[in-house]
Amino acid sequence: MNEAQTTSLEEVFNRRIDAEEKIEPKDWMPEKYRKTHIRQISQHAHSEIVGMLPEGNWISRAPTLRRKVALLAKVQDEAGHGLYLYSAAETLGISRDELLDQLHDGTAKYSSIFNYPTLTWADIGAIGWLVDGAAIMNQVALINTSYGPYSRAMVRICKEESFHQRQGYEILMTLMKGTDEQRAMAQDALDRWWWPSLMMFGPRDDESPNTAQSMRWKLKRKSNDELRQAFVDQTVPQAELIGLRIPDPALCWNEERGHYDFGEIDWDEFRQVVQGNGPCNRERLEARRAAHRNGTWVREAALAHAAKQADRDSLRKAI
Amino acid sequence: MTAAAAPDTRTLADFVIGMADNDLILAQQLGKLCGHGPNLETDIALTNISLDLFGQVRSCFQYAATLLGNGATEDTIAFLRKEHEYRNVLLVEQPSLDFGHIIVRQFLYDVFHHLLLERLQFSADETIAAIARKSIKETAYHVRFSADWLVRLGDGNDESRARAQAALDHLWPYADEWFLPTAVESAAAAAGIGADLPSLREPYQRKVAAVLREATLELPADTHFRKGGKQGIHTEHMGYILAEMQSMQRTYPGMQW
Amino acid sequence: MIMNDWPLWEVFIRSRSGLEHRHCGSLHAADAKMALENARDVYTRRNEGVSIWVVPSAQITASQPEEQAELFDPAADKAYRHPTFYVLPEEVRHM
Repeated sequence: MNEAQTTSLEEVFNRRIDAEEKIEPKDWMPEKYRKTHIRQISQHAHSEIVGMLPEGNWISRAPTLRRKVALLAKVQDEAGHGLYLYSAAETLGISRDELLDQLHDGTAKYSSIFNYPTLTWADIGAIGWLVDGAAIMNQVALINTSYGPYSRAMVRICKEESFHQRQGYEILMTLMKGTDEQRAMAQDALDRWWWPSLMMFGPRDDESPNTAQSMRWKLKRKSNDELRQAFVDQTVPQAELIGLRIPDPALCWNEERGHYDFGEIDWDEFRQVVQGNGPCNRERLEARRAAHRNGTWVREAALAHAAKQADRDSLRKAI
Repeated sequence: MTAAAAPDTRTLADFVIGMADNDLILAQQLGKLCGHGPNLETDIALTNISLDLFGQVRSCFQYAATLLGNGATEDTIAFLRKEHEYRNVLLVEQPSLDFGHIIVRQFLYDVFHHLLLERLQFSADETIAAIARKSIKETAYHVRFSADWLVRLGDGNDESRARAQAALDHLWPYADEWFLPTAVESAAAAAGIGADLPSLREPYQRKVAAVLREATLELPADTHFRKGGKQGIHTEHMGYILAEMQSMQRTYPGMQW
Repeated sequence: MIMNDWPLWEVFIRSRSGLEHRHCGSLHAADAKMALENARDVYTRRNEGVSIWVVPSAQITASQPEEQAELFDPAADKAYRHPTFYVLPEEVRHM
């Protein structure tokens, strides 16, 4: 294909996207579109399955049976969401094996929030409320993204996730209605998870180079800073309602803007965690690698058995 | 079933709790694996089994709590007993050493569990019968899942066959304890509430043998069967399972969560 | 790199009797039986189905986007296949 042909294909492609048409796997797409989508969708998938670990850490210690089944079902949903997202990425011509390999060798990224430890039961509440709350803001916007399989995965994920944030908030609300010790536990969790949650929206707009392109492809519908502001505006009243204090002395309502003003994120910490120096980066990756490594013989056994069965079936038919 | 005198409430509660303790400990072990499976599909499947079992546990413990009264709840029963008060069989507390152990443990329990529920759905106790009728559908799927996997591992490749056989050799000695009735179970059976446990042994061994044949696995010869769990005398693994499971309730007694 | 993942399958679910099976996603499985069980575990956790079909993705023959014009555009101008093409007297309200 020569350059002129590519250009005209790309024009048609861009017009389709501008007209809110969905792009489907077999459609022509610019190589950059394919690569960007593989990167973003797989990052999203990796975040789901790495995200199972900090919460999974508390399944065996959940304080009541009701909490235990809710948490277990939530962590299981995350496995499902990882699965939907890997499947969406696979439609772009890459295998799940390759994607997992990129996760395991550290070339692929996942959301840094999961590199923070879950130290108390209240952390499970904080993750559900804040981390899922932040994720939902991103994901709801992505329902209208241009790539069909990604958009469809988002529809399913958003529907299933609707209980996740409530589950977390309810945990914290119950703690805040409990003893002093429980209230302190809840406040401590918010103190540790607040800033990392704000970091989930990524760098400031003026330092986020991909935004324009991603906006055009509807991989992003709102900028990092817009989403972050919406999250703060939504979350602060929820905290106040149950008596939690946001750990930010600069936080105050700005009547003129109609938004909360809030303090500066510690961008140095942000960069450190992204670069692998967060409190749990190594443990998280090693847990994923170990699961995959320990599962190798199982996956191989199933393939070997399937091959034997297929042989036997064809032999039976031949006789 | 022939009905003798109905057992007293305490005996009935003990019977229900003992039955569900197996599900509790196995569900706890499976829940811990979530996020660490061989791939996402198996992770999701094993978690479903764990959730089914926890559901059965909750139905049983909620019923037992009403029988016990005195402020008992599903959670005081699940989390606040001493080790010797848990009446689960030793099999379910054995560690998840690898996927082979996980599947063999599951299969050996599922087959028994299903046979038991088949009887309990006709229990003279309405609540037990209702719980069994609901649970039996779930357990039928568990048997199917674990049997299919056992065949895949046994009839897979050399490594998987060796691992499955090793797990079977290791776990088979724990697969007879459930047929030996305790005093509570005998009383329940006599009243038409529980099952005649020794009579389950024959259909159990037949079903296990059929699947093992397909899986090309063999039962170890001259097995000395282990027991004690139902009397509250557990293996060393149990203490750690409980320490973890009970840690919140023990550290923060009497709080709402 | 460990490369031993299972083949990809497409999953179709009938959400309740009377409705058609609809594509709902894909998954990996080593054999058909496992594909069915995995589909049950992954895609019907919230009562989404009463029947499942699984098909190896490699077995699906798909039309190509380049063929779209010749395959589908010709149907666009056949208005006589639609009821509104035909004129009825006012008095006949429903037909």
